[in-house]
Formats: sequence, structure tokens, C-alpha cells
Amino acid sequence: MIEVTAPFAIRLRGIDKNFGPVRANRGAELDVTRGEIHALVGENGAGKSTLMRVLSGMYSPDAGTMEVNGSDVTGWSTAAAIAAGVGMVHQHFMLVPTLTVAENVVLGMEITKGMVLDRARAEQTVRELASRTGLSVPPERIVSELSVGEAQRVEILKTIYRGARIIILDEPTAVLSPYEVHELWQVLRGLRDAGGTIVLITHKLDEVIDVSDTITVMRQGATVTRMPTAGATPQAIARAMVGRDVALTLDAEYIPPASPAAQESVPLLEVRNLTVAGARRAAAVDGVSFSIAAGEILGIAGVEGNGQTELIEAIAGLRGGAGVIALAGRDLLPLGVRARGDAGLSHIPEDRHERGLVLDYSVADNLILGQQHRFTRGLTLDRDRVQAHARQLIAAYDIRPADPALAARTLSGGNQQKIVVAREMARDFRVLLAAQPTRGVDVGAIEFIHARLREARDRGKAVLLVSADLAEVLALADRVAVMYGGRIVAVMPRAAATPEVLGSYMTGAEHAA
Amino acid sequence: MTTGDPVIVSSDAAPSVSMQASRRQALEEAILPPLVALLLAAVVGDVLILLFGQSPGAVYRLLLDGTWGNAYGFGQVLYKATTLVFTGLAVGLGLRAGLFNIGAESQLAAGGFCAAIVGLFIPAGIPALLCLPIYILAAALGGGAVGAVPGVLKARFGAHEVIVTIMLNFIVLALLNYLVSAKLHVPDTLHTTEIRSGALPRLSDWIPSFQGSAANSIILLAIVTAVALGWFLFRTRAGFEMRAVGLQAGAAEYSGISVAGVTWRALAISGAVAGVGGLNYVLGYKHYYEEGFATGAGFLGIAVALVGRSHPVGIVLAALLFATLSQGGLAVNALVPKQMVDVLQAVVIIAVSVSVPEVRRLLRGARRGVR
Repeated sequence: MIEVTAPFAIRLRGIDKNFGPVRANRGAELDVTRGEIHALVGENGAGKSTLMRVLSGMYSPDAGTMEVNGSDVTGWSTAAAIAAGVGMVHQHFMLVPTLTVAENVVLGMEITKGMVLDRARAEQTVRELASRTGLSVPPERIVSELSVGEAQRVEILKTIYRGARIIILDEPTAVLSPYEVHELWQVLRGLRDAGGTIVLITHKLDEVIDVSDTITVMRQGATVTRMPTAGATPQAIARAMVGRDVALTLDAEYIPPASPAAQESVPLLEVRNLTVAGARRAAAVDGVSFSIAAGEILGIAGVEGNGQTELIEAIAGLRGGAGVIALAGRDLLPLGVRARGDAGLSHIPEDRHERGLVLDYSVADNLILGQQHRFTRGLTLDRDRVQAHARQLIAAYDIRPADPALAARTLSGGNQQKIVVAREMARDFRVLLAAQPTRGVDVGAIEFIHARLREARDRGKAVLLVSADLAEVLALADRVAVMYGGRIVAVMPRAAATPEVLGSYMTGAEHAA
Repeated sequence: MTTGDPVIVSSDAAPSVSMQASRRQALEEAILPPLVALLLAAVVGDVLILLFGQSPGAVYRLLLDGTWGNAYGFGQVLYKATTLVFTGLAVGLGLRAGLFNIGAESQLAAGGFCAAIVGLFIPAGIPALLCLPIYILAAALGGGAVGAVPGVLKARFGAHEVIVTIMLNFIVLALLNYLVSAKLHVPDTLHTTEIRSGALPRLSDWIPSFQGSAANSIILLAIVTAVALGWFLFRTRAGFEMRAVGLQAGAAEYSGISVAGVTWRALAISGAVAGVGGLNYVLGYKHYYEEGFATGAGFLGIAVALVGRSHPVGIVLAALLFATLSQGGLAVNALVPKQMVDVLQAVVIIAVSVSVPEVRRLLRGARRGVR
């Protein structure tokens, strides 16, 4: 499939990149042929983004050589990378929300008339560029009014406008609807056919098979294998990504409850017809209903951005909503966050840095966050009890280093997440909201947290699990629901949930309720 | 799925540091930056003094002699520091809650004004200690009301507290000046009628060598306030919640804290603390309200809070430093213009804001090197 003589647009050899004690890249390699769509795949934290930031000049490699279009560019700057036609579209958009599409595209390389921006000509240029590439977005619109998919097109336009012939896209589909994904693929194929080179960072296998010509797989900072997409099976790619047979482990990992869930009693958590307003006009959560019995884990699968965040925040009381949210028959809607907690709601938030922890507080203080009113003596916090509580949880959840006085900021991601999990599971609760409970966490901690979640279920708690990781949902959930476009489009028992079935619902291909 | 985090961090990657060592590090990081800043300011001062053709040694000796070197000068330092402790604590408390209170200037004036007006209704002959709580309450309510306005506007409408407090400074000071000059002044003066009771002893009543200086017993109230705020911030549940809002509002909200509630309460308390500072002049020194009785003390409180790292102990020390510099400016006036000291104050502020992150970075680099 790949001609050995084909000219390489990119050759990375033996790239090492360390952050303190952490080895993000170790001897990573990447060969990208000119004029292809090259998928760079791997699990979270495999070092894909780091390698691409090295390539685009944001990081300087500690070791290794970099070649672009045949010349040595090891350790170049972002400016040099842009000048040589290498552009990166980041996962988090870097656009000025108050400016128009055209202004954002030309920003930094403005088309001017004397000292002022030539708006008409800028818009004309952007319009031409848009129609040539198929990245249709009106140049006069204000960026803050665009949908996520449109904003992403502006990012790509900006990169092309700056003369990029090698375009790196970091997880471009994480925020896109299936239709937008389909459109993006057409754009990328068009760019390739016009002679451009695309590197696509992703961990979604269906995307890889769909759109790429060649695949490079990374694991734990190193390159595992490079293969042509034609003839590659999802199973083979997954095996290379994870280092073991994934399909087999998935089935093995699901452990059904010790005793069947008490289906006949009042559900511990009931959500009926819940609607939550979104940032844009449409409702982020649109008439969602489900219930969870004691001793049951309901897993919600779905592409991120389909209303999961809003659903969880509405149940937790961080966001307003209309409908019914009841805990063991008690209406939660009129209650604030703290009162819901006291009513028996526990919540592992999806973003531990933003919500789950006060990073500059000590481990001990973080272990009482949200329950500080239970650790008082008069007006003051009872330091002895806070310390005792911390020591107990640090031991029970193996939080390292085992020092309650350390600032949470100084702990690794996995140990930070253990603080959150320990705090939310150690309290008195009946319903647990677990949003992305193992995101950015190392393998050992993942297994530990999964075991704790199953334990909660077996103790008769109701668990609502939201995860963008299908494998996690399949490993934990006793029932699986799929969220798409703010609605629950399918609910099925674990036995009926296969990656294929869930995948078709997640992408909106099937609409059964 | 985020790929923002470049790597999976192994579970024991964070270094094992004992509790004591981490405390010592925190202390180093708190104390060293202001010291480095002072050193920098001294160097800039040397250059300035040399430019005026004077010997730095002689000027600094004069500055010290005129402040800590004699009882009167020292008394004046204590008097000025007392007001700065209150305004510094006020700004520092706001910073702990993530709020930048630029309004201490008008809160201080409002506090002093309310105390002076309430004092007009207290009959003569009532012991000072009996009416002191009334005065404190009046000053706290006056300053607190001015502080609560930006607090409520921020909590309710999201109006930025910096803008609102700056604008309120103009409004409140102009209003007070109008009230005093149009309605309440003693003829041919710009101050209100003297209060008849509650005047507090000066330090010179106990230690005669302080004779002539304005230092008075409100300094005790300043120390009590500093201790009380330290206890509030670092020991109480309300302080825990207030600092959580200041450090990470999202996490505070998640933990059930009302961010809006903390916001307006923090600014109200901040204003109240600044307002009580007005007693230093009204109860301790002149016994009336006069326009501009502490001009600049509110703004200098911002510098005090920044240099003092928003910690009560740091604020007390920084207040002494800035009081020494203002008083010292008068002492060195014979050799160099007293504005030179204003320049030094500004250099200290700039140097602190630069040196905090910079010194911290160097300290951390040095520690890594040791390991």
C-alpha cells in the first residue's frame, strides 16, 4: 500500500520528552507520507499530543531528530513551523469570540488598507478560501455565535490561511455531532486530494478506519506499530493500543451484582422529563427520564457534549432544570447543592481541577470539601477530626504520598482523583453521581476506582455513571443508556449492550427510545 | 476524552515530603519575596539618593533616627501603622475571597464619619469603655455599608468590584465632603463638632515620652482585629469557605458554598474592617471627623495587603514598614525631597509583585537541584 520510495512529509526519530519525572515520549517515531491522512492513535496519555506539540514547535524534544519535507528541523520554534507550513488545530479552540470569522482567520496576518483592516477584502479572501476547501462558514459572523463545529472550521481555515500544507488535528471529533464529523471527513479528504498532508490525533477506532490512509499506534510514550489502514481491523488496532486483547477483557471485566437489584421498590434516583437549558438556544438536556434502583449502576454512554455534563450538574444542583428529580421519593429540585448532599447525594464531578478539588488546599481539607459543616466545633473547624478523617481515608484509599498536609496540587492525577473518590464514597450517601470517574488516571487507579464503584453498588447504593469511555461503561454498568443530542435514545440491559449497538446509537444512526 | 494532559502520571510520582518540610517551604515562600523586594527597593533608593548628591548612609540614618530612633517619631509610625493595619486587613480579606477591594479609602472615611456623627448623640461623661462598642459598631456599619454595595452588585449582577469600588470612592468621599462642609461643620473649620465622650487615651498618657505623637489605644484594637481575622480565615468554617471561593470558585460551588453569598459578605466585612480604622483618628486623635483625615491610607492599604501576602502577620509588618517610610519621608526632607520616599514605596510594591512568582520559582529550582 505504501510505496517505500514515497517522499516523507514528516519523519520523527527517537523522540524523548520528559516533564520532570514523567516520560511523556520515549523514543517515539512517526513517518508520514506526503499527501495522506495519517491517524495517530493511542489511549489517553499515550503521548500523542506531546509528540505533535514537539512537531509543531511548542515543545523542544529532549532527544531525537525531526525532519519535515526532507530537511532537519529538530527543536524548531512555532514560528519556524508555521513558516514551513506546519499548522496545528488544537482541541481547545484559540479564537477571539468577539471578532468575526474573517477577522479571526486573518488575525496576525491582516489584509490592510493603509493602517486599517481591509474588512471587505479579508471577508472576500476568507469566502474564497472557504468555498475552495469546503469549510463553509459565513465570514461576517461573530465567532461567539457559531456552533462548535463551525468554530472548528474557522480554526482549520485559519491554519490553511497561514499557508499550512501539513495540518495536525488534535481530537477534532470529541465535540462534533456525527453529521459534523461526516462533513469534516469530506473536508480532510479534499485537502488531501489537493496535496495536503493531515495528521489526525484520535483514540476512536471507527474514525481511524473511516478516514485514514495510514495508522501509527502509540502506547506509553513509544510508537508501537505503523500500518496501512486498508486491511487493518479494529481488533488489531485496539490490541496494539492497549497491548492486550480488548474485546476479551471487556467481557471479563463486567462483574454482575452479588444479589440482583431490588427492582420492585421505589427507585433510589428517579429523573422524569428533565429539561436543562444549554448555552445556546436549544435545550442541553431535552426531556430525559430514567430511574435507578438500589444496588444498580446505570451507565450513560455517549459522545461528549450530548448533554451529559448538564444532566449531572442539574441533578447535583449546580444548574437549574425543569422536571422531576427525586431521591427515594423526595423531590430534590427545590434543594441547593448542600441540602441535596445531606439528602444522600454524592457526586464525583467530571473535572477534578475545576470542581472536585481546591488545588491549593491540603489533602486533609480537600477530603472534607462539601462536608465542612459536619466537621465543626462551634464556629471553627475541628482540626483533630479533620486530621483523623484524612489519615483514615488516606490509608483506606492508598493516597500517595500519605501526607494530609500536602497541597492537593502536588499530587499526581491518579492520587488527586482518589481524594475525590475517597471523599464522596466515605460519606453517608444513597445515590452516587460518577462523572468520568477515571479520566486521566493511571491504570492501577482505574481498577481501584472501578472496584470501589462496584462495592458501592453491592452495598445497595444507586450509581449513575457517565463516561465517554465505552469500555468503562461496559465494565461497570448493569444497565446502559445512550445519550445523543440531549436525549436518552436507548436503554438496554448490560447483556444486550455491545460496542456495535451502543456505537450506532451514540452516533445518532439509530433512533429508538 | 482529554488529551490535554500529556501523560499518565504514575501513582507515586509525587515526591514524598514530610509535613514539616512542606510547612517550612511554605514559610520560605511567604517570607523571602518581601525581603528580596525590600533589598531591591534599598538599591533603587541608594541610586536616587546619590543622584541628589547625598550619602545613602546619612539619609537612611536620618530616616531611622526620625522614626524608630525617638519616641515621638516612633509614636507617629505606630499611629500611621494603626490605620494601615485596618485598611491592609480589609484589602487582604477581600483578596483571600478572590476580590480586589479598591474602596478602602472611602470605607475608612465612611467609618470615621459615622462614628463622629453617632458620637454627637452620646452624652458627655459616659466612660470610654462603655461607649466604645457603640463607636465600633457605627464605624463598622458605615464602612460595611459602603463595602456591601459593590458586594451585592457583584453577587446579584456580576458587576466587577474593582470598577464599582473605584467609582464609590468618588461618590462617597464627595458626599461626605458635602455633608460636612454644607451641614455639619463647626463654623470656619472643615470638621464636625467634637464628640463629648468616648475619647480614648493616647499612648503618651501611659508613656510620657510619646508626648506629642498621635499614637493611641486604638492600636490595641488593630492588633485584636488582626488576630480575630486570622482566626476567622484559618480556623473557622466560614473562613474555610471564603478562602475556597477565592482559590477556586467552581470547587466552592460544587461543595455547596453559595459563591454569591460569600462575595457580598466578604466585601461587607472588608468594608467594615476599613471603617473601624477611622476610629484611629476620630476616637484616638482629634475626636471629630475632618475632610481628608487619612487621605491615601486606603490606597496604601492595597500595598500593605500585597506586601503582607494577605496574611494578618504579614499585614501588620507591612503596615509598620509603610508607616515608617511615610513618617521617614518627613525626617529626610532636609537632605532629599520627601517624595523620594513615595518613590521607594512604589518600588517596594512593584518589587513585591515581581518577586513573588520569581523568588518562588528560584526557590523551587534550588530545591530540585538539592534533591
